[in-house]
Amino acid sequence: MSTIAATANEFQAHGDDHAHDADHKPAFFARWFMSTNHKDIGTLYLIFAICAGIIGGGISGMMRWELAEPGIQHLTAWASWHNGLVGGGEATLNEAYHMWNVLITAHGLIMVFFMVMPAIIGGFGNWFVPIMIGAPDMAFPRMNNISFWLTVVAFIMLLGSSFVPGGSGYGAGTGWTVYAPLSTSGSVGPAVDMAIFSLHLAGAASILGAINFITTIFNMRAPGMTIHKMPLFVWSVLVTAFLLLLALPVLAAAITMLLVDRNFGGAFFDAAAGGDPVLYQHLFWFFGHPEVYIMILPGFGIVSQIVSTFSRKPVFGYLGMAYAMVAIGVVGFVVWAHHMFTTGLSVDMKMYFTAATMVIAVPTGIKIFSWIATMWGGSVSFKTPMVWAMGFIFMFTVGGVTGVVLANGGLDDNLHDTYYVVAHFHYVLSLGAVFSLFAGFYYWFGKMSGRHLNEFLGHLHFWLFFIGVNVLFFPMHFLGNQGMPRRIPDYNAAFAYWNQIASYGYVIMGVGVLVFFANVFWSLLAGRKAEGNYWGEGATTLEWTLSSPPPFHQFETLPVVK
Amino acid sequence: MVMTSLAAERRNARTGFMAAAIAISMVGLGFAAVPLYRIFCQATGFGGTTMRVSEAQAATIETTSKTVVIRFDANQRGLPWEFKPERPTDTVTIGARDMSIFIAKNTSSQPMVGTATFNVTPSLAGKYFNKIQCFCFTEQRLEPGQEIRMPVLYYVDPKIMTDPETKDIEEITLSYTFFPVETPNTVDPQGKGS
Repeated sequence: MSTIAATANEFQAHGDDHAHDADHKPAFFARWFMSTNHKDIGTLYLIFAICAGIIGGGISGMMRWELAEPGIQHLTAWASWHNGLVGGGEATLNEAYHMWNVLITAHGLIMVFFMVMPAIIGGFGNWFVPIMIGAPDMAFPRMNNISFWLTVVAFIMLLGSSFVPGGSGYGAGTGWTVYAPLSTSGSVGPAVDMAIFSLHLAGAASILGAINFITTIFNMRAPGMTIHKMPLFVWSVLVTAFLLLLALPVLAAAITMLLVDRNFGGAFFDAAAGGDPVLYQHLFWFFGHPEVYIMILPGFGIVSQIVSTFSRKPVFGYLGMAYAMVAIGVVGFVVWAHHMFTTGLSVDMKMYFTAATMVIAVPTGIKIFSWIATMWGGSVSFKTPMVWAMGFIFMFTVGGVTGVVLANGGLDDNLHDTYYVVAHFHYVLSLGAVFSLFAGFYYWFGKMSGRHLNEFLGHLHFWLFFIGVNVLFFPMHFLGNQGMPRRIPDYNAAFAYWNQIASYGYVIMGVGVLVFFANVFWSLLAGRKAEGNYWGEGATTLEWTLSSPPPFHQFETLPVVK
Repeated sequence: MVMTSLAAERRNARTGFMAAAIAISMVGLGFAAVPLYRIFCQATGFGGTTMRVSEAQAATIETTSKTVVIRFDANQRGLPWEFKPERPTDTVTIGARDMSIFIAKNTSSQPMVGTATFNVTPSLAGKYFNKIQCFCFTEQRLEPGQEIRMPVLYYVDPKIMTDPETKDIEEITLSYTFFPVETPNTVDPQGKGS
C-alpha cells in the first residue's frame, strides 16, 4: 500500500480564507433528500441500514423467543395481532405457521438486502472509496442519489407486503430464496408480487451503485494512485461491484420469470406445463452464491485496513490479498449448485461442485494467514476497531471451517436444511460481515462524525456481542448434527436444551447492541472532538489526511500519491 | 472543478455505459438460461429427462441379454380422471423395444382437456430411456365417460450397462402425471414436449 506524503491542510477544499464556500452546505431538505454528495449519501445509507438492522434483528429476537422452548408459545398471538392490523380476526394455526414463514423471509431479505449491503457497500463504500482514491466525489453523483432512494422504496415495498394476503396468511412466506412452486402456485395474493418487486428495486439500486463504483475506481483515481497502489478496501469494493454487475441481473431475470408464472400464465417453473422448478434454483443460486461474497468481500477490505493500521505495518502480501479477492469472486460464480446437493444431482456433478467449493478455501486461507502475518511482529494496539477485526478473523474462520464440511456433497445430504447450515451461514455473515461492519464503524465513526466513540463502551459492546453471538450460534451446530430442521417454529423436545441456550445468547447479544447505541448517542452528544488522523502513524490511507469530519467537498486539488 | 471537465465526463459516461451493457447482457443470459437448460436436459438426460428417438434410430439398436424392470406410475392432479397403466411393471430386455399402455377415463360429467408430464426415476437413467412414441404434452380431450388407451413405445439404451453411474440400475420407474389444461391453447414455454 502507498504511503501518503501530505498533510491535512493541503487537501481541504479551498483554503481557510474562503471557507465560506468550501464548506457551503445546502439547506436541510436539499442536503439530505436531494443529496448528490457521496459522504451525505453514505451517511444516509448507514442510518438506513441501522434502522433496517433494528427491524431485522428484532424479527430474529421474536424467532428466538418462540424457539426458546418447544411448542407454539407466542406465534398465534403475533399472527392474531398481525391479522388485527389489517382487519382480520383470530389467527388459525395455519396462519400462525404462515406468520413464521413471513418472519424468516423478512429476516433474511432485510438482513441481506437492507442491512448488510446498504451498510457495507452503500455506507462505507460511498464514504471512503472516493476519499481513499483521492477523488472529489463519485462518478455519477445523481445516480448515487437514485440508488439510495430506490433502496428505501424497495424496503417500504417489502414491509408493505406483510399487510396484504400472501397465500395461507398475510405477507410473503417464501423464504429469502423465493423458491418456486411455493412462490408461484403456492402463494396466492399480492404479497409475493410485492416482495419480488421490492427485490427488483433493491437489485436495480445495487446495479446502479455497482456501475458508479466501477466508473469511479477506474477513472477517478488521483495522479499516482495506480490500481496496484489502491487501498485493499477499494479493491474489495471494486471486486464486489463486478460481482453485483454479473449476479444481480440473473436474479432479476429469475424473479421476473416468477412474476410471469404468477400473473401472466407463464410456466417457466411449472412442471404441469413442462417447466422445471429446479431451473429456478439454478438461476437463484447463480446469483445467490456470489451474493454471499458481495456481503463479505468489503468486510475483508475493511478488516485489511484495520489490521494494518493497528499493527502499524503495511498489510502482508498486498498483491496476494488483492488477487485473492479477485479469485474468490471468480470461483464464486462456478460453485452455485453446492446449495442444491439434494436436488438429485449426479455423483459426478456433486464431485465437481464439492471440489470447486473447496478451492475457495485457498484464496480465503491466503487472506486469513496474511492478516495474521500482518499482526505478527507488528506493534499491535488493541483499540476497539482492532478487537472487532480480530473477532472477525476468528469467527469467520470458524464459519469457513463448517463451510468446508458442508461443501462435501455426501455430508450435505445429511446436513442440508438443518440448523448446522444456519450455524454456518450465521458464523460467516452474522459473525463475519456484521463484525466487519462494527469494526469499520468504530474505525471510521470519528472520521465521519468528528466525534470519538468511547473506548470502554466499545470494548464492552465487543465482549457482550462476541459472547452473545457465540452462545447464540455455536449450539446450532449441535442441533443441526442432531437433525433439527431449519425454518420451523416448533420442534421435538429433544432439541429444547440447546435452543434455550441459544435464546439466552440472543439476550446477551441484545444487551451488547444497547451498549452500542448508548455509545453512539453519547459520542454524538458529548464525545471528544476527533482530530484528522486520530489513529496515528499506522493509518496511512488518504481519508486520514483530511479533517474529521472531512470538508463538504474534498480534493479540489488532487492529491499526488507517490 | 477538475473532474467536471468534458473529457473526464465523457470517459465516465463511456465506462458507465460499458458497465451497464454488462448488466443488461447478464439479464439476457438469465433468460437465455431457460432454453439452454432445456437443451442441456435433453442432451444429457439431466433431472430424469427422457430421450426422444426416431424409428430409424431405434432400428439400429441391438438387443442384449440383460433385462431391466420398468415400473409404470400414473397420477393425476386436479382432474377427475381415472388414470392408470395397463400393467404395473414390464420386464424388458435392454435394447429391445417395448410398448406399454396407459388408460385414462373421464369420470366426470363434463368434457375435459388434460396434458401429461413425465419423468423417470432414478433420474440418472433419463439419458438411456428412449421414447419412440408417447403422449406427453399433447392435449387430450375426453368426453364424459370416455376412456382412451395411450401407448408409449420405448427402449432402454444398452449404454446404460457401461455407464458406472447407471450400470447397477435394476428398475426404472416411468411416471406420468395428468394436469388439467385451463385454457384450450396453453403453450409449452420450454418446448420440453417430446
